[in-house]
Amino acid sequence: MQSKISISNLNFYYGKAQALFDISLEIPERQVVAFIGPSGCGKSTFLRTLNRMNDTIPIARAEGSVRIDGENIYAPGTDVVALRRKVGMVFQKSNPFPKSIFENVAYGIRINGIHKNKTDMQERVEKALCDAALWDEVKDRLNGSAFGLSGGQQQRLCIARALAVQPEVILMDEPASALDPIATQKIEELVVELKKQYSIVIVTHNMQQAARVSDKTAFFMLGKLVEYNPTQKMFTNPDERLTEDYITGRFG
Amino acid sequence: MTLLTAACAFFAIAILLIIISYIAARGVSSLSLQFLIDTPKPVGEGGGIGNAILGSALMTTLAAIIGLPIGIAAGVYLAEFGNGTFGKVTRFVADTLIGIPSIIIGIFVYTLVVLPMGRQSGLAGGIALSLIMIPIVARTTEEMIRLVPNSMREGALALGAPQWRVTWNIVLPAASTGIATGAMLAIARITGETAPLLFTALNSRFYNVYLDQPMASLTVQIFNYATGPFEVEHAMAWAATLILVGLILLINITVRFLTRKKF
Repeated sequence: MQSKISISNLNFYYGKAQALFDISLEIPERQVVAFIGPSGCGKSTFLRTLNRMNDTIPIARAEGSVRIDGENIYAPGTDVVALRRKVGMVFQKSNPFPKSIFENVAYGIRINGIHKNKTDMQERVEKALCDAALWDEVKDRLNGSAFGLSGGQQQRLCIARALAVQPEVILMDEPASALDPIATQKIEELVVELKKQYSIVIVTHNMQQAARVSDKTAFFMLGKLVEYNPTQKMFTNPDERLTEDYITGRFG
Repeated sequence: MTLLTAACAFFAIAILLIIISYIAARGVSSLSLQFLIDTPKPVGEGGGIGNAILGSALMTTLAAIIGLPIGIAAGVYLAEFGNGTFGKVTRFVADTLIGIPSIIIGIFVYTLVVLPMGRQSGLAGGIALSLIMIPIVARTTEEMIRLVPNSMREGALALGAPQWRVTWNIVLPAASTGIATGAMLAIARITGETAPLLFTALNSRFYNVYLDQPMASLTVQIFNYATGPFEVEHAMAWAATLILVGLILLINITVRFLTRKKF
């Protein structure tokens, strides 16, 4: 199995406080990798190192390497804008822009200058919305406000927005944590569907969710990677005692 | 508790209503189309505030043209990049400027613009008004931009938007209603300023569109009418006040209407 992202000896600091300790991990192409672990264990921080979202925090600093298709994204001269186009992100809380549904999806296409003309733009928006399983619900109100959608629909809109710029990797930071079970199920089905085309990394607090959607699971604690194994093994016969304790709910 | 707060709310509104209705009652008798068109005349021959309305409009527009871009840009800087020492100092200076009595701004512009030019002018008046406006607009803009959730910025950054596009296409539109409200309040505030115009624009008895000449304004005209010795002048001061309040109300309503939430 080919690695899409290869992380080696990654250390990460917020000022003097170290948040990630010497993490090495391979993320395979076109699979779903779940990050689990207790709150504050560094899984979200780690996720955000993969598209350099942590750059927005002035005191943050990363050491080590993160290679995507062999290129170290922390090498000097890396084009962060191009990186983020390649590595899309969906956030914990849906964050649509204060624009119409259409414009939300069109935004990334427009700023990256992907579309050829107006028709092409419309086709791309429609495709992204279809891929995010939202098209049928919004096709009659594309010019309506994105805030008029339900929470689950807003989150799928954010996924559509991320898909529209044709990324290769999608990072999801607890994408269903604010949603009800039915909306959550839709997101999970979507994740399984999307892995045919994209490499997906999903952070989740919900262990059943990790078990349902992911091919591999990484368990983090206190900024360290405790165990990284195929999900099936992780949930039936983990290598580490700590993993077993966490998964069976003995702490967390 | 509810009753007490309701009473206070009613009190606050009541005062405003009393002021407006009193001004209306006193001013409406002298109102006429002629009054709105005429220039001031010697007592007993009528006269009006046409040139004063034009002067106020010109100087307010000039102040807005200078003050809004600078104020909004400064507010964007303070909110998005102003966490360092420079930002802190700028914020403190802006707060101090807001608190400075406007007559001091008038004297400052008198020294800086009127003395070198050799005479009072609409230009100097507009500059004085813009100086009052800039810190108000900067601070309200900053507050409004800070209200835009960070998750929205991250959403745009994660799509590969460069910082300036995030500010320009996402943050500013999201804050636009608040920024427009702040701008409107600043415009309403300077429309009602008298002191900074006394030294800078002075006054004029004639219609004047030349910014290098002394220029009349509603507020200075009201001041002159109100301090005159004759009852007719006082009546005209009330009528002019009614017009001024009406104009400010109109600005408020217009901007409210224009910035209705679309999304």
